[in-house]
Amino acid sequence: MNPESYVVLACVLFTLGAIGVLVRRNAIVVFMSIELMLNAANLAFVAFARMNGNLEGQVIAFFVMVVAAAEVVVGLAIIVTIYRSRRSASIDEPNLLKY
Amino acid sequence: MNIPWLTALMVLPLVGSIITLALPRSRPQVVKAWALIVALATLGLTIAMALEFQADATAPFQFTESYPWIPAFGISYSVGVDGIGLVLVALATVLVPVVILAGWNDVDDQATKGYFALLLVLEALMVGVFSATDVFLFYVFFEVMLVPVYFLIGRYGGAGRTRAAVKFLLYSLVGGLLMLAALIGLYVVSAQQLGQGTFDFLALVGLDIDPNMQKVLFLGFFIAFAIKAPLWPFHTWLPDAAKESTPATAILLIGVLDKVGTFGMIRYLLPIFPAASDFYAPLVIALAVIGILYGALVALGQTDMKRLFAYSSMSHFGFIALGIFVFTLQGGSGSTVYMLAHGLSTAAVFITAGYLMQRNGGSSLISDYGGVNKVAPVLAGFFLFAAMSSLALPGLASFVGEFLVLVGTFIRYWWVAAIATIGIVITAAYALRLYQKVATGPTAPSLEGLPDLTAREKLPLAVVVVLTLAIGFFPGPVLEVVNPAVERTLEVVGVPAPDIPQAAPSGGEAP
Amino acid sequence: MIGTGAAMLSDSAPVLQPLAPASGVFAYLWVLLALPLFGAAVLLLGGRRTNRWGPYLGCLTVITAAAYAIALLVSMMALPADERAIGQSLYSWVAVGSFQAEFALQLDQLSMVFVLLITIVGSLIHVYSLGYMEHDVDRRKFFGYLNLFIAAMLLLVLADNYLLLYVGWEGVGLASYLLIGFWQFKPSAAAAAKKAFVMNRIGDVGLSLAIMLIFVTFGTVAFDSVFAQAGQASETTLTWIGLLLLLAACGKSAQFPLQAWLLDAMEGPTPVSALIHAATMVTAGVYLIVRSGAIFDGTAVALTVVAIVGVITMFLGAIIGSAKDDIKKALAGSTMSQIGYMIIAAGLGPIGYVFAIFHLLTHGVFKANLFLGAGSVIHGMDGQQDMRRYGALRTAMVVTWLTFMCGYLAIIGIPPFSGFFSKDDIIHAAFEKNWIIGVCGVLAAGITGFYMTRMIIMTFFGKARWEDDVHPHESKPVMTIPLIILGIGSLFTGAALVYWGDIVGWLEPVTGLQEEPLAIPTIALEGITLTVVLIGVAIAIAKYRSTVPVEPPPGNLLTVAARNSLYDDAINDALVVQPTYALSRGFVTVDDRVIDGTVEGSASLVGGVSRRLRLVQTGFARSYALLMVAGAILVAVVLVVVRLS
Repeated sequence: MNPESYVVLACVLFTLGAIGVLVRRNAIVVFMSIELMLNAANLAFVAFARMNGNLEGQVIAFFVMVVAAAEVVVGLAIIVTIYRSRRSASIDEPNLLKY
Repeated sequence: MNIPWLTALMVLPLVGSIITLALPRSRPQVVKAWALIVALATLGLTIAMALEFQADATAPFQFTESYPWIPAFGISYSVGVDGIGLVLVALATVLVPVVILAGWNDVDDQATKGYFALLLVLEALMVGVFSATDVFLFYVFFEVMLVPVYFLIGRYGGAGRTRAAVKFLLYSLVGGLLMLAALIGLYVVSAQQLGQGTFDFLALVGLDIDPNMQKVLFLGFFIAFAIKAPLWPFHTWLPDAAKESTPATAILLIGVLDKVGTFGMIRYLLPIFPAASDFYAPLVIALAVIGILYGALVALGQTDMKRLFAYSSMSHFGFIALGIFVFTLQGGSGSTVYMLAHGLSTAAVFITAGYLMQRNGGSSLISDYGGVNKVAPVLAGFFLFAAMSSLALPGLASFVGEFLVLVGTFIRYWWVAAIATIGIVITAAYALRLYQKVATGPTAPSLEGLPDLTAREKLPLAVVVVLTLAIGFFPGPVLEVVNPAVERTLEVVGVPAPDIPQAAPSGGEAP
Repeated sequence: MIGTGAAMLSDSAPVLQPLAPASGVFAYLWVLLALPLFGAAVLLLGGRRTNRWGPYLGCLTVITAAAYAIALLVSMMALPADERAIGQSLYSWVAVGSFQAEFALQLDQLSMVFVLLITIVGSLIHVYSLGYMEHDVDRRKFFGYLNLFIAAMLLLVLADNYLLLYVGWEGVGLASYLLIGFWQFKPSAAAAAKKAFVMNRIGDVGLSLAIMLIFVTFGTVAFDSVFAQAGQASETTLTWIGLLLLLAACGKSAQFPLQAWLLDAMEGPTPVSALIHAATMVTAGVYLIVRSGAIFDGTAVALTVVAIVGVITMFLGAIIGSAKDDIKKALAGSTMSQIGYMIIAAGLGPIGYVFAIFHLLTHGVFKANLFLGAGSVIHGMDGQQDMRRYGALRTAMVVTWLTFMCGYLAIIGIPPFSGFFSKDDIIHAAFEKNWIIGVCGVLAAGITGFYMTRMIIMTFFGKARWEDDVHPHESKPVMTIPLIILGIGSLFTGAALVYWGDIVGWLEPVTGLQEEPLAIPTIALEGITLTVVLIGVAIAIAKYRSTVPVEPPPGNLLTVAARNSLYDDAINDALVVQPTYALSRGFVTVDDRVIDGTVEGSASLVGGVSRRLRLVQTGFARSYALLMVAGAILVAVVLVVVRLS
């Protein structure tokens, strides 16, 4: 099987996600972009697993999903808290954690 | 009978410390009394153990226990003491109740609980560090000890306490890291030679390490110990730490903890790296002698009592290191006795200085004092005793140690002993200068009506005085215990002692 | 004099007497130490409770010790001459490998005379102090310290090895420190005490190095084994040991160049000056040298140096004593000078050892007498010590005057009083060995005559120059009775020791004796010495007979120098004290700036770097993300480049 198109798709998705993280200010959108990047990686993992005919890639994809779920839980909780206190979901505003 | 003495000695204060934390904060007297009871119980246990100790046993360590800890790396929980370890464990367990009693009112009621709990934790760790026979275990105790001391200085000390505590911690950590590196190197060497790596002290002593390798590994350990002891020029954390600590912390820090440095030298450096010890001996001796004179001279120029004591200790540590690295029985035994004596004299000076400071608004500046003898003769008397103990008056414990070190040095390098002896003159000068400024002359206005010592305050000093005199006039039991351990160490080092003519049978040999 | 009956003793080497085990009355030798030690412990630890009866207990312990010492003497005299050395080992003290020092006592003829001197003179001074210190609030402590001193001094002379002797040696130093600084609230007293201790420490360096060298050479520090082997050591080694012991002796006995502390030591109460700084402690150096005679016998160099030091100090002390107006300081100068005589005698070798001890004994008695007399005068004059403010006291203080005269006659050596016998013996021995030293001895005897006569005239004769509200009065019997006893002792100790006690024969088993023919007859030498002394007396009478100005006259260069103790303080200050303090200050700076500076500097370096680096942490999450992406791209590029190249 030729993974080329899958890899290209994964790259495109990943790039989209990365650009989304860098340019968007809304925390929810940034969050979704991160999910996009994770899933791009998943896609590559699964594609290569299929190509090599073993299961490691798919197993790791599951791990990524679990981690992504955990991350969503924590991340969304933080975003909601910040939104409650600041009435805004912009990620540029809470910049207190600096030197 | 197979009682796990040493483990018990660690568990007792540790459990005591945890219970201390559970006591009500609103009842500081209960907390203090409990801490004292635990410390006294530990002391009692130590005495019982010491009575069981066989001075003439053939085994290198007694009261040994060994349980595997991290078998994959050959690390085990192994404890046991030889004469040197026993003496230092005893010193630690004697001084803890003494400082608890002396430092009864060192901290305010709110802080009492934490303070005494930390002191007890420290006691457990001190017992551990002197009794570990697994080098890794020793390292763990060596580093973990920093934690309670850091908090003792950083939370309960004087105005500059945070800075002093951080300086102490970082300085010690640097040494500790070097030691860790050397420790890993040692492990690798042992793995190469034995097939399976080990941290067991006796197994490491049995290794035949390449001299060049020894020289590298030696340095890692040595710098850690030289910072701890402290030797010149690794000493500058000590004056700051001593100045900002409460007296109790200073006593445990300088009197006991710093002995880990010199203890490490005689216990680990000499037997594990005999060739390197021999190679570096001139360097260490040079540092020691510089430390003796330099420390004494700098002490002479101090304006702060506690800093003065710190420099004086540095000078005394020079004597201890000197005795260890001349590789003679007299030097080694003398150093060990000196460690003990210095612990006692440190206790005496810091306790009396603490009492003085408590009565004078916490000032440790010498110029804030004067004429104490007139208003508080008992306190001044103890202060003078402390000065005498620090200048090693014959008849006191420090004299036995100092003189044996000097004799041991003289046997090998007479001129080094001659230079070191100059130190005793300067010591007399700064000790008596301090006494003169603090206790004699017209009474300073702020000291008028100064209350003399109460019974509670006299008791810990009396204990120290009695012990100092007892070891000074009857050092026999201590020497009996220490001599075989030192002899064994020197056998491993294998540098032959210079020839001393055998004493002619006394009497009856008229020419 | 003595030579007549002692011809058969001539040229005998010191015999090393085997130590007999202590039995009978000697079995309780340790009690001698324990008594005063017990007194000191009770008085110093007992606190105010003992204020009322403490001083009496202090006296009692020493008097009991004196009684016991006399019992010991009687028993010892009953023993044959070569069995008079008794040893008592109490326990093994410091034992490390071949270094073995026992806590063991040794009582032989030499220790015996010292024990008698210490306990008997000590008892008298204790009793005297009951009166002298009557009004001092701290007199309980005073007696405690005195008892401590007696115990340490007894340990010094009874020790059977050098290390134990060292304990006594520093023990007396401690007691001396405490007693010089007894009136601690006076800064001058506290400074004098410190000065005495520190200067003694310099001497102690000599003693401790000597002990080490002795151990390395002989493998032991016990007297009997060291002396038994002394002949086998090389002369160089013996010379070094001898010089180091001399350094120790210089410190303790206030000999040149460590003499400066003794004059300041007069800050202590007068009984202390009498007991410690005249009769006993300051003579410990002489004891040390004579005790170590076996070592000095093997080294002509060290002996010569000893004699030279003695000659220098003899003159220094005499000159200082001639110019001081403070009665105690004048006496202190005299003490230095007289100890100089003893050191000279010790430096003559076996010819002189006996006479050094003989003079030490007579001096101990008459100098104690003189000091206590001076104390009585000071007491009567409300603390005034300036002789220019005395005068005409012979009518006001008859007993003091008469007893002081006894001491006076003894010290200047008028026959047949004490000093005549002991000092002339030393001069005699000096002429046997080296006529230059002999001439020096005769000259110094003349100066002795001068300064003692000056003291007598200024104090007891002439017109009264008292300050207005001073009404001199005779002291109480508790002070005058010891004075009378010591006065009688001053007159007759010398004769008694020669004709009744046979001091030479008594000490000869320990010290050895050697006599050499003398170029001039003994009687002529005595005549010459006496003439020189009388010339000194005559000069003093001529100079001070008429008037003594209350303000010291300007005086010539030598007088001014002598009033300043020959600038010993200035010299020490310039040569030792100031350089030490300069070095100390320099090192403090080095420590703060350089050594700690390096440590703190490396800390601030790390701190500075991280202060700049942390600016990267802007707090904007997206800039962190940008950095991460940039980093990832960088890694990818590097990977590709590496793969391609």
